Amino acid sequence: MSQRLATGGRLIDRSQPRSFTFNGKTLQGYAGDTLASALLGADQMLVGRSFKYHRPRGVVASGAEEPNALMNMGEGELFEPNQRATTTELFEGLIARSQNHWPSLDYDIGALNQLAAPFFSAGFYYKTFIHPRAAWKHLFEPFIRKSAGLGQAPKGADGDIYEHYYAHVDVLVIGGGIAGLRAAHAAASAGARVLVIEQSATWGGRAPVDDDFASEINALVAELAAMDDVQMRLRLMGAGVYDHGFVTGYERLRDHAPKPGAPRHRLWKIRAQQVVSCTGAIERPLSFAGNDRPGVMLASAMRDYVVNHAVAPGQRTVLVTNNDDGYRTVLCLLDHGLEVPLVIDARRNPEGTLAAKARARGVTIRDGYAAAGVRGTKRVTGIEICPIEGSGGAVDTVECDAVAMSGGWSPVVHFYSHCGGKLLWDEAGAFFYPDAAKPPLNQSGAGFVRCGGAANGALQGAEAAQCGGQAGAEAARALGLTAPVPSGPAPEPQAEAPLMPVWVMPLNADYHRRSHTWLDFQNDVKLSDVQLAAREGYESVEHTKRYTTLGMATDQGKLSNINGLAVLSDALDASIPQVGTTTFRPPYTPISLGSIAGEARGDTFQPLRRTPMHDWHEANGVHWEPVGHWRRPYAYPRSGETVEQAVHREVKNTREALGLLDASTLGKILVTGPDAGKFLDMLYTNMMSSLKPGRCRYGLMCNENGFLMDDGVVARLDENSFLVHTTSGGAEHIHAHMEDWLQCEWWDWQVHTVNLTEEYAQIAVVGPHARKLLEKLGGMDFSAENLPFMGWAEGQIGGFDTRVFRISFSGELSFEVAVPAAQGAAFWDRLVKEGADLGLMPYGTEALHILRAEKGFIMIGDETDGTVIPQDLGLHWAISKKKTDYLGKRAQERPHMTDPARWKLVGLETISGAVLPDGAYATAPGYNANDQRNTQGRVTSTYYSPTLERGIAMGLVLNGPDRMGEVLNFPGTNGQIYRARIVDPVFYDKEGAKQNV
Amino acid sequence: MRRYSAFAIAKEALRHNTGWQKAWRSPAPRKKYDVVIVGAGGHGLATAYHLGKNHGITNVAVVEKGWLGGGNTGRNTTIIRSNYLQDPSAAIYEKARSLYETMSQDLNYNVMFSPRGVIMLAQTHHEVRGYQRTAHANALQGVDTRWISPAEVKKLVPIINLDGPRYPVLGGLWQARGGTARHDAVAWGYARACSAMGMDIIQQCEVTGIDSAEGKVTGVQTTKGQIACDKLAMVVAGNSGLLAEMAGFRLPLETVPLQALVSEPIKPCMDVVVMANTVHGYMSQSDKGEMVIGGGTDGHNGYTQRGSFHHVEETVRALVETFPMISRLKMLRQWGGNVDVTGDRSPILSKTPLGNCFINCGWGTGGFKAIPGSGWAMAELVAKGEPGPLTAEFGLNRFREGRFIDESVAAGVAH
Ligand SMILES: Cc1cc2nc3c(=O)[nH]c(=O)nc-3n(C[C@H](O)[C@H](O)[C@H](O)COP(=O)(O)OP(=O)(O)OC[C@H]3O[C@@H](n4cnc5c(N)ncnc54)[C@H](O)[C@@H]3O)c2cc1C
Repeated sequence: MSQRLATGGRLIDRSQPRSFTFNGKTLQGYAGDTLASALLGADQMLVGRSFKYHRPRGVVASGAEEPNALMNMGEGELFEPNQRATTTELFEGLIARSQNHWPSLDYDIGALNQLAAPFFSAGFYYKTFIHPRAAWKHLFEPFIRKSAGLGQAPKGADGDIYEHYYAHVDVLVIGGGIAGLRAAHAAASAGARVLVIEQSATWGGRAPVDDDFASEINALVAELAAMDDVQMRLRLMGAGVYDHGFVTGYERLRDHAPKPGAPRHRLWKIRAQQVVSCTGAIERPLSFAGNDRPGVMLASAMRDYVVNHAVAPGQRTVLVTNNDDGYRTVLCLLDHGLEVPLVIDARRNPEGTLAAKARARGVTIRDGYAAAGVRGTKRVTGIEICPIEGSGGAVDTVECDAVAMSGGWSPVVHFYSHCGGKLLWDEAGAFFYPDAAKPPLNQSGAGFVRCGGAANGALQGAEAAQCGGQAGAEAARALGLTAPVPSGPAPEPQAEAPLMPVWVMPLNADYHRRSHTWLDFQNDVKLSDVQLAAREGYESVEHTKRYTTLGMATDQGKLSNINGLAVLSDALDASIPQVGTTTFRPPYTPISLGSIAGEARGDTFQPLRRTPMHDWHEANGVHWEPVGHWRRPYAYPRSGETVEQAVHREVKNTREALGLLDASTLGKILVTGPDAGKFLDMLYTNMMSSLKPGRCRYGLMCNENGFLMDDGVVARLDENSFLVHTTSGGAEHIHAHMEDWLQCEWWDWQVHTVNLTEEYAQIAVVGPHARKLLEKLGGMDFSAENLPFMGWAEGQIGGFDTRVFRISFSGELSFEVAVPAAQGAAFWDRLVKEGADLGLMPYGTEALHILRAEKGFIMIGDETDGTVIPQDLGLHWAISKKKTDYLGKRAQERPHMTDPARWKLVGLETISGAVLPDGAYATAPGYNANDQRNTQGRVTSTYYSPTLERGIAMGLVLNGPDRMGEVLNFPGTNGQIYRARIVDPVFYDKEGAKQNV
Repeated sequence: MRRYSAFAIAKEALRHNTGWQKAWRSPAPRKKYDVVIVGAGGHGLATAYHLGKNHGITNVAVVEKGWLGGGNTGRNTTIIRSNYLQDPSAAIYEKARSLYETMSQDLNYNVMFSPRGVIMLAQTHHEVRGYQRTAHANALQGVDTRWISPAEVKKLVPIINLDGPRYPVLGGLWQARGGTARHDAVAWGYARACSAMGMDIIQQCEVTGIDSAEGKVTGVQTTKGQIACDKLAMVVAGNSGLLAEMAGFRLPLETVPLQALVSEPIKPCMDVVVMANTVHGYMSQSDKGEMVIGGGTDGHNGYTQRGSFHHVEETVRALVETFPMISRLKMLRQWGGNVDVTGDRSPILSKTPLGNCFINCGWGTGGFKAIPGSGWAMAELVAKGEPGPLTAEFGLNRFREGRFIDESVAAGVAH
């Protein structure tokens, strides 16, 4: 049984008990425990069920590599699935439930899957469930989905909040073990600005458990803390390394002490010139039958629990090893008064110091032996042994309640690999380590990541410490700083006997054993699965990984990758480096999606742009429409009125009396400089350079492919300056488009552009009484003579500084008045007040659309969709014949663009007066070569016109302008066919009498 | 080829799975083939398969620089739908979708095509109108798709938040016959079937040059030596620009990173695929339980097969807003591919300026769904030397003539 020892426990505080529940049962631990250590301390060996076979599983590791001990944690809006018990700090009231079983952890029906295991060989689902065809969707897939998945799905919104944080440093050290601390110290001493981050809650990493570095660690931490340019952070994990020295860090602020209202996680966005990864190494399991039984644990994890938490995973522990390091666990267990009845060492005559010490303390070592099998189901009861060369016939069985396994160590090279660093294979230690000659490269082509300590393959404590210091000094030197060779106390290294790579235990294990030997615990990938994959031709590591799901679990192969790779290369009779490794992808361990989203949620999901009159709209019953980041009034329904009724009222009132539109979102770009005219001539299809100051001109903008991209009114302010109005949605990208041309192509033209969109509030005063209202406010001469259609003027209106443009998008008499943004609300208020007796009503975007459609004005995004050229819309008049060039001109001369059979703009009127469905197509006789109905046109805008009291539409129709009066069929998606006549697109006031008054 | 079945599995289980054959052979290249296909992604393999199956051409080699299926085919988020806007697109994607329905049976390999349905959310008026147009177009194209109300969306996707303060869901375009498939299995199933027809799939063999004489292709230079051929098909997605350069012409496309990510696996909570183009994100749940997430392309050109973090952030933000419960899930893994994006977001299946050399590329962010249809159509083009109805509109000359097939019209991202 596992239990708490009476004394000791480096990290726990026995004066601070913590109670928590596991599967509803209340248990006790201490401050400083992890959930895993507390569970083990309470003799909870069985902690979960595996993915596929629902095998009983126990804690196997003590850190981020844990594949088994995953919990449903918390409740309600604080619930979270798949929490690793080994990295979850215990707090009072913690609620954990084990996953993936029914009805209970102890009695799980799903475990019946084990009986069918022989049929569930690697890739079995690719080979079956093929017939009958419908069965996959209706039967097999639902079944597989239900039995797959680990934790429960959270329900509802997240009760926690998250934040982002930015840091810029010279040197980022990932990992706060002895190597990392030395690296940080070396870099900081050389004058670098250093950030050192550690994923766990304590400094020192493995050293305090494995070596005697305690005093040096304390001293280093204190010294670093006192340095001005050093930042130190615990519970902050390096998550991913990206191009250009960008690194993400994942800080768990509140997981160990939940507090609603305070951020739970903080995502760090770090820009580091140099990254030193001192991320240590992870011990590998050994592959023997039954290595997944609760009670079988990594040897290093076992001593972690004993030393750090005073928790003994077993009373009688057998060590299975292929290297010297495992003996540390033996000595540690003995030191804590625990029994070690046997060591099974794959090597013959292991002669290292550690083995000798164990032997001297009376431990029996069976050298040249292997674990042949593990007894027990929900916990270990014994271990079978056989000669290492055997096939598994046990020669002996030893009773025990725990098994420690030590298969050698793999450096954590993730941060070297994320951004393209290459790895080398170390034959002696059987691990991949960073190839110093092929680091990830920064923006200037120099390496920016290096590894130190165990992460660099320096596995011995003393060696690791030194290597860390060196890496720190090298990072500083890479920044041009002078860094001396760091020195530091180093204990005598132990004389070690070499490791013996053992990838299958025993070496000739029979099929039964190979099919009960786990490589990937969480995903239930067995040794036999990888061998089968290789036999079936899935020879690349990536194929094997994907075919068997090896390394694809939540631990991302931290325990299984090298073991699996070795089995694969064995099966292929190739060397391990030849077979290669799979790519390491960020993040290092899973990070919450909440932390990635950060503060950007709900109201702050994206910036909200408000016009100066936003509050007035809000106070006056507005119905909003999101337009990009803007909110625009769609309509202003009055009480008892539907939105649609409001729109119709607004249209009529604008036509008959007076409307007010908030047009502030309209893009306003100032284009200025001696070459401004020339520049605009290139951007627009029409001539802008000939425009006179004081005048406006409507213009069309096309992209290089000739397609319409924007339209709007350009006003010439003076000889060198133009104010370009764009569509509301176009302001940013048109400005970027201008800059693109100016910076990349016409960099020698003397033109500046400034986006002034938010500098001005713009209000359209529209309708027969528009002039009357402005005259009432006074200050300028608004007569047609002084301010004719398409003219503009600057001056005061009612005491406000304004610029007035006489332009119209409604066909009515219309003045668009721009005032400085800060005056917008006051000016609007004034207009509303003075306009009351003239029948003034504000109108929204939908009324705007109808007004323009009644007049046959096109709308970018409605009549255009990225495939339409001005010629399609009958806008030839806006295309200059005189200019030798403009953007899109050459494109518009291509054969398809000049094809007479293009679809062209027309008006459409249903015979019945009904409104045509939006986006409907007009059918033509027959079917095309792909058996699709032929078409001859489509609806681009369609509305009910309150003015004409019938449906009106615009559309693009094959040879449309030549087919006036013809009737087309538009099938709706409701089964109805709409018949509509081709008419002139200008439905209202064809002569333009109203706007010109 | 020994057939896969439940019976075969049972039989093999009893003899310790010793009787399974190799799914495909790994031969050394021969001196000459009738057709060499460069790129053993889904499109290259499907082209080979249909050359054999539809046209009886089996003296074919598929040459792959890495491992088969290791390009975008093995990196994509596997959304399959055919409700595209323009006629030529709808035709080829619908052909592909319908072939997916029987692919497991055709290949005797379970590719796990799962017609669970795909919703494209409309979150602005503009989008509503765009999808209504698509719905009208699809009805005439014979593509089964339907506009659905917010209430129907909620019924299909209980975890969705319809009333986000910024972009409330106004409805959606629903294709019930769309869904997902297992990407690796598609590549593997084709590879196995091609190998069984006697075709050679040559992995770890990079094409480094193209040989020609008198304006016609004669073979390829590879890292495994020269291979002669009568016809050459280049099907290399993000590497198309490089291959075209070897053949002496240029392509109107750019290669950009496209990223995806998965969460840790959880029990089933979402049965359909949801795409939210206004906020730039989409999500489905794999059979294993992972939430599979993707978004738009990165803003720079590149061949690194990795992208920048801020793009991942943007995507996740969009989806947390759409599905608030995922905030408490964790990102397990993120990765990227190199996608080949044309100016009109539509593919190129075409003859090239080099005689007997054909190209299939430009599938960009959304070509997984097209694999079987593209293979079918490309095989016809290669076998006959002239485009058939499915490829007629997708030729290279459309760029010169301005005859674009613009799909960005309907949605910003064409997954
Ligand atoms: C993250 C991501 C998500 C996506 N999501 C979806 C989705 O949800 N739905 C969808 O329909 N599509 C999606 N796509 C797009 C889809 O993946 C691709 O369009 C499709 O897989 C392309 O297939 P392919 O066979 O053309 O290319 P690939 O699969 O990339 O195959 C090309 C092959 O050519 C090989 N090659 C290149 N150069 C050479 C050379 N010189 N010699 C030999 N071989 C060479 C490559 O190694 C590669 O294997 C996504 C793509 C990505 C990256």
